[in-house]
Amino acid sequence: MADHHEHHAPTGWRRWLLSTNHKDIGSLYLWFSFAMFLVGGLLAMVIRAELMYPGMQVVDPDFFNQMTTTHGLIMVFGAVMPAFVGLANWMIPLMIGAPDMALPRMNNWSFWILPAAFSILIGSVLMSAFGPGNPPAPNFGWTFYAPLSTTYGPASTDFFILSVHLMGISSIMGAINVIVTVMNMRAPGMTMMKMPLFVWTWLITAFLLIAVMPVLAGAVTMMLTDRHFGTSFFDAAGGGDPVLFQHIFWFFGHPEVYIMILPAFGVVSAIIPTFARKPLFGYASMVYATASIALLSFVVWAHHMFTVGMPLAGMLFFMYMTMLISVPTGVKVFNWVATMWRGSLTFELPMKWALAFVILFTIGGLSGLMLSITPADFQYHDSYFVVAHFHYVLVSGAIFSMFAAVYYWLPKWSGVMYDKFWGEVHFWSSLISVNLLFFPMHFVGLAGMPRRYADYALQFADYNWWISIGAFWFGISQLFLLWVLIKACFLKKGEKATDEVWEGAEGLEWTVPSPAPFHTFDTPPVVK
Amino acid sequence: MSEKTTSYYVPDSSPWPLLGSVGLFLIAIGGGNYLQQSTSKVANDGTMGGIVLTIGVLWMIGVMFMWWRDTIKESIGGLHSEQMDRSYRQGMLWFIFSEVMFFGAFFGAMFYARWLIVPWLGGEGTGAMTHELLWPDFQAMWPVTTTPDGRTTQAMGAWGLPMINTAILLTSSVTLSIAHHALLAGDRAKVLWAQGITIILALIFTGVQGYEYVHAYRDLGLTLEAGIYGSLFFLMTGFHGIHVVIGSLFLIVTFFRVLKRHHMDGNNFAWEAAAWYWHFVDVVWLFLFITVYWL
Ligand code: HEM
Ligand SMILES: [Cu+2]
Repeated sequence: MADHHEHHAPTGWRRWLLSTNHKDIGSLYLWFSFAMFLVGGLLAMVIRAELMYPGMQVVDPDFFNQMTTTHGLIMVFGAVMPAFVGLANWMIPLMIGAPDMALPRMNNWSFWILPAAFSILIGSVLMSAFGPGNPPAPNFGWTFYAPLSTTYGPASTDFFILSVHLMGISSIMGAINVIVTVMNMRAPGMTMMKMPLFVWTWLITAFLLIAVMPVLAGAVTMMLTDRHFGTSFFDAAGGGDPVLFQHIFWFFGHPEVYIMILPAFGVVSAIIPTFARKPLFGYASMVYATASIALLSFVVWAHHMFTVGMPLAGMLFFMYMTMLISVPTGVKVFNWVATMWRGSLTFELPMKWALAFVILFTIGGLSGLMLSITPADFQYHDSYFVVAHFHYVLVSGAIFSMFAAVYYWLPKWSGVMYDKFWGEVHFWSSLISVNLLFFPMHFVGLAGMPRRYADYALQFADYNWWISIGAFWFGISQLFLLWVLIKACFLKKGEKATDEVWEGAEGLEWTVPSPAPFHTFDTPPVVK
Repeated sequence: MSEKTTSYYVPDSSPWPLLGSVGLFLIAIGGGNYLQQSTSKVANDGTMGGIVLTIGVLWMIGVMFMWWRDTIKESIGGLHSEQMDRSYRQGMLWFIFSEVMFFGAFFGAMFYARWLIVPWLGGEGTGAMTHELLWPDFQAMWPVTTTPDGRTTQAMGAWGLPMINTAILLTSSVTLSIAHHALLAGDRAKVLWAQGITIILALIFTGVQGYEYVHAYRDLGLTLEAGIYGSLFFLMTGFHGIHVVIGSLFLIVTFFRVLKRHHMDGNNFAWEAAAWYWHFVDVVWLFLFITVYWL
């Protein structure tokens, strides 16, 4: 061939800044999200330091609000979502036998938009903490309800709006890339119903992303014009309605929470069969359950707004739909348990994290079910009970599944086994502290402690002290992970990993060497 | 005709994605800063922001130009396999879907305003006390020509210019289809005149729309500040208008590529993508015409 393309790996800064390689871009995403996880974690430490004792001691209330706001935003958009995109980048081409993502340059663009977006957001936090005159960062909660974010939003809100636009562009392009890769790049013989469940869950997640990120963009655009161009979308005096903001936001927001959990389902569905040495129980039902969760997630959004004053019929509709969504979720939990049933189980670290996920996520699902009962939610809404609910599904759910994924695939990425000792320390330390941190929140929430306040009534003092201890402990525990990662990725110290890594592992990713070479599946494998 | 490769083409490293992110960053910080001039919260006349914003926009145009130049080179260099072509096509369709959802947010807001907010503000349902206590004089109606706090405007009629514009846009879709058939049949002259007419119609549409805005502001008192009706009217038709401009540019580019004898050999992804985009813009307009202007 005249125009032969040598596929050599670029080196130095060009390799990382100008990459078109799914593995390198995947690594960039993963490290970026880990960095955001630590930054967001630091903000949470400020929150918990203030709440350790009743009364005001560390920060002033406005700064406290900025902490809850930016903690939530950074964790959702900076830590959890990019982590899963990074995983998708690394694993989907390997799992379906593709040479790369379908649109490699756009892939790199999706990534590099994120540092731009988050330097703006984090910049406003730094300005608020250290800048001249301490101009406040966004302080209206991660849900940025109007009119807090329109009429009363600080000047940084505009930068926040534009950075949300950037995050949206990044997510949409990333999602388009995933869908096109899955639909168009599968190796011969890799039919849809043979795809690993992680690929399925990401395919559906990507659909959700493309469907709802533009709606979020619409919401922030209306905010922007309300703030600066005199429109009245969220202003009743002009015929608009602040509640309209909540509807638009949650039409995005509820599918968004599934965007953060469906890939986690995929990860766990990959890990449990490996360490149970049994194929996944009910593969097809898993696919259908994922799809029905995704579809239902479009018609439950107003369960976040039961107390806003909706017509009764609306409340009933959203209550029943929300309850319905627990059914496919229950199917999944059942299938994971059934996979383990009579398997020859071993409990390596990925399996430990996956098991912790199944149990703790289920607790979060159950508190969700309690919240879905409209009259009960009137009591629980905006209390620490809600905070407990979503941290169980997001921290001990989504983030634990990320940890599981990291321990599971790290040998494939780095070529060496993780440090087992510090890995175990990381696991047990996180497991105990995460429960110390979030379980008591159920109690203080049910007893009436509201969320998003810098202070609380005296009767909540004891629990809050323990919660803060759990928080600091959990925060410090993540440094063990940092060490495990540095050791495997940079020092390359550890037992050399085999190609298969795990005895019971199945899938194309285990047929390539460890570490996976720069280019894999240049000629597609044939799947039987 | 160029020879096509069979293996999937994974491009070498490229500077444009990174530079594109720099461009977006400049737009975001420049735009954010520029907006501050209209608030009393910070002392800032927005000049700095305006400059950065302008640089960012120009920068982005440059990046897009260079990036697409690369892909066009690859395309005519025969590096795009059929599989690659499918990737581009599917990518474009999903991009259009995301645009549909963006408009969906505004349509949703409009129906929510018409069917729920305005009747409630007028005292229906659970809104009785809001109405009684805050704005007892407000009358529920659509379009909201008098807002609860008393701002007034006139509604934009459907049967004058908007009607003509609808006809123009629909005709442009027809001429574009003629061009498409000619493209598939390899009749280059016919592609050029049919696509040329499409582009002219597109420009007329934009001109008429601009005139309509002037009319709205000058004669009807219909402005962005005129309450929910003006907000929805200008954002919905405005975003549509922006999409018309982008679609027109897209059509103009592929027109010149046909002039340079691209696209005639079946290697026509970009041409068809532009056409899909144009039909999408057209369909959005139909919904706009029915729901914003007419009903
Ligand atoms: C069994 C399924 C679930 C049900 C029935 C459910 C139900 C609910 C309800 C009713 C609320 C509103 C509570 C209130 O504000 O009063 C809520 C809040 C929330 N849920 Fe869930 N949920 C479920 C699963 C999940 C999952 C899987 C995630 C994310 C991974 C999630 C994340 C959240 C978040 C982030 C909030 C709080 C949003 C905020 O106000 O800041 N939920 N959930
Ligand atoms: Cu929800």
